[in-house]
Amino acid sequence: MRRRLTEGVFHGIALLATLALLAALGLILWTIAAQGARALNWTLITQPPTSGSYTEEGGGGIAHALIGSLYLAGGATLLALLISVPAALYLRVYASSWFAGAVRLLMDVLWGVPSIVFGAFGFTLMLLVGLRASLLAGIITVALFELPIMIRAIDEVMTMAPRELEEAAYSVGATRAETAVRVIMKQALPGIVTGVLLAFGRGIGDAASVMFTAGFTDHIPTGVMDKAATLPLAIFFQLGTPFAHAHERAYGAALLLVILVLMTSVVARVISARLGRYSVQ
Amino acid sequence: MLQRRHIHDYIARHAMLAATLFAGGLVIAIAVALYLRAHPLLASQSLAALLRGHTWAPSRGEFGFLPFIAGTLWVTAVAAALAVPVCLLAAVYLAEYAGPRVRAVVKPLIDVLAGIPSVVYGVWGLLVVVPYIAETLGPYAQRHWAHLPLLHTDYTTGFSILAGGVVLAIMISPAIIAIADEVLRAVPREYREAAQALGATRAETITRVVARKALPGLAAAVVLGLSRALGETMAVLMVVGNWPHVPTSIFDGAYPLPALIANNYGEMMSIPLYDAALLGAAFLLLVLVLAFNLLARVVLVRATREAV
Amino acid sequence: MGARPIAIEQLNLWYGALQTLKDVRVEIPARRVTAIIGPSGCGKTTLLRCINRMIDLVPGARVTGSVRLGDFQVYGRGVDVTAVRKRVGLVMQKPIPLPMSIFDNVAFGPRLYGTGGRKQLRETVEASLRVAGLWDEVKDRLKEPAGRLSLGQQQRLCLARGLAVEPEALLFDEPTSALDPISTVKFEHEVLKLKERYTCVIVTHNLQQAMRIADHVLFVYLGELVEHGTAHQVFTSPREAATASYLGSGI
Ligand SMILES: Nc1ncnc2c1ncn2[C@@H]1O[C@H](COP(=O)(O)OP(=O)(O)OP(=O)(O)O)[C@@H](O)[C@H]1O
Ligand SMILES: [Mg+2]
Repeated sequence: MRRRLTEGVFHGIALLATLALLAALGLILWTIAAQGARALNWTLITQPPTSGSYTEEGGGGIAHALIGSLYLAGGATLLALLISVPAALYLRVYASSWFAGAVRLLMDVLWGVPSIVFGAFGFTLMLLVGLRASLLAGIITVALFELPIMIRAIDEVMTMAPRELEEAAYSVGATRAETAVRVIMKQALPGIVTGVLLAFGRGIGDAASVMFTAGFTDHIPTGVMDKAATLPLAIFFQLGTPFAHAHERAYGAALLLVILVLMTSVVARVISARLGRYSVQ
Repeated sequence: MLQRRHIHDYIARHAMLAATLFAGGLVIAIAVALYLRAHPLLASQSLAALLRGHTWAPSRGEFGFLPFIAGTLWVTAVAAALAVPVCLLAAVYLAEYAGPRVRAVVKPLIDVLAGIPSVVYGVWGLLVVVPYIAETLGPYAQRHWAHLPLLHTDYTTGFSILAGGVVLAIMISPAIIAIADEVLRAVPREYREAAQALGATRAETITRVVARKALPGLAAAVVLGLSRALGETMAVLMVVGNWPHVPTSIFDGAYPLPALIANNYGEMMSIPLYDAALLGAAFLLLVLVLAFNLLARVVLVRATREAV
Repeated sequence: MGARPIAIEQLNLWYGALQTLKDVRVEIPARRVTAIIGPSGCGKTTLLRCINRMIDLVPGARVTGSVRLGDFQVYGRGVDVTAVRKRVGLVMQKPIPLPMSIFDNVAFGPRLYGTGGRKQLRETVEASLRVAGLWDEVKDRLKEPAGRLSLGQQQRLCLARGLAVEPEALLFDEPTSALDPISTVKFEHEVLKLKERYTCVIVTHNLQQAMRIADHVLFVYLGELVEHGTAHQVFTSPREAATASYLGSGI
């Protein structure tokens, strides 16, 4: 009897813990949605801030940050892709299992490095080459930040591609590089798309790595050497002001950011579900 | 013709290798770059003095890191105390009790939690957690917990270690649950059957057999979660009060290392050694996180390999 | 305490839509070794697992009919499955030492039920190891991880672990299929001693083994209990053609 009770209590507590986390998720989303819905409107999304947006009268929207974020995360994701795909291919096609294991471990560790550290590193790079805070500097930093996520995601799909595939290609006389590009990469394409979306989602939501490197401005960037605002920083700075209208814009921006990130992750999930086993982290 | 294809192969191979080495070497590059930047500070003061110093006054050249290290540890400890039991239990529920349909619903929802940007957690903390502590929990603690260590308070604005810990606890949960779930599921089914064939209940099977087998992996999951907590910046920065002192209660404000870096990068080039101090803080953070991570990863590789 | 017969009546089992056991009715006597034989996939393991309700752990498995241990209804309403499993021990095909010491493995069950003090626990462990014929080999290394034992020793450890909870019946699912010939003989020897105190049911693919140790034989084919009787009768003059042809191909 006592043992049955213990079993029931244990089961109950475990269930309760799970429900508590789901409740936290619900509470967070609900809070952001409720606060943000009031502020989220067309002006907010399409207008940059007016000149006095950080003063009492305030006005305008956060289009500059939205566009800045899209440029920044988009550019960074492209840049990261240029390194990730060849690196993941190398791990699959050429690397010895020892070397591949070591690189995977390094990627896992790199994944754990806090974004603020990437920011600080980006900053030292800027000092080194004499680059000012700009969209370009931000893109480079965020690309480094996204690198481990993307490499691991692509790598995981590539390791799933059956070995016979490669052997079939070798047997008709293909070189390794040809095999990598024509066979493996094709096989891993859905994984690459998933990795790209995951990395994009991480990149667009991150603030700490760009605050050093991309600067902040009220204007929409027109070139890579311009400073660029981002949604997370716009939220942070506007909440730092004492003005209610700025707070409202921050809540609207937060909702917008959540929607962007969730949409990205839903698309990633749909694609990865098509792929079958591959699981999105 | 053949020749050209082999040259292509050669070039492609080395280009790919370069990309791999670039990615693999990045951790080391980051560590070296930050260390070199921090070096002038280490040259001017001893490491022990820096780590033990209480006073942070950049204009006077005083860089005592103790309040910030203490702040980081406090916030991380509170997050751990809140997150670890809940996450392990949730992972047990998902791995041991939940049917495939429940898993299919709950796991993606927990992934959603992982995807929410840090700054959004900060907004939620400001809107919900900080006011709750300021208006409800703080006054209650003032009246009832005045004599308790760690929990006492005279007055709190709500911007506190507790607020930072609550927000962090939720943020690190998905990572802990995902890994713990994986570790638990890697324990072979036969162990569960062997225990249950002797009449053990599920709870007994889990606590006496499965958890024992999974222990190293579960520890690794927790350590990885904590290493995330150490470096988390924006959300904590927004709710923790940013008060540079060594805290004595969870209702005190604190000033963790990431917040220090994020709040002061603007001025760091204008005061001598300030940049070295902040980038040194980043280096310190990196070292902490790397140590945690390497440890956990090595344990994890062993744990999951052994289990299969 | 003591051995009790197992009565199985109109037992049907479905894995999802697939019916794996069809109307099995049989009386398994106490203090005898009963062997279940039959071709691979015919449902021997399934039948065994129905007896101590390990089948409950399989999602989607559905059971109808009844199993009785003496007059205890195994599938009775409100019956605690853990109590069933305590009364009916199961030794599996592959030995699974739990991730703990030799002593703790055997003490695992008694500790769950909280019987007696430490002294009594030690006595139970020793007695169980003795009955399983393992005591002399491990008495000086009880603190060692159980995984270090040889496969044959591990299987006897699993037997001792099952004995320590004082069951009334013991089920064996191909207990020697992973063992070398010498360990197999040793294990059979223990089973023969056990039948003095327990109802023993053993699934085996090894017909010689069945002949060596079984008093009764059940022949299962495609989920049906085709034939049962004394070992002598089934092996020397099977009534059913299916049995004869299985025995013929096997010997
Ligand atoms: N968990 C399960 N879900 C669905 N079908 C199952 C499950 N376990 C067993 N089966 C099916 O039930 C039938 C009987 O399986 P069982 O394991 O009882 O056979 P067996 O006689 O023990 O065979 P073997 O001699 O190979 O051990 C087989 O067709 C098997 O595929
Ligand atoms: Mg079987």
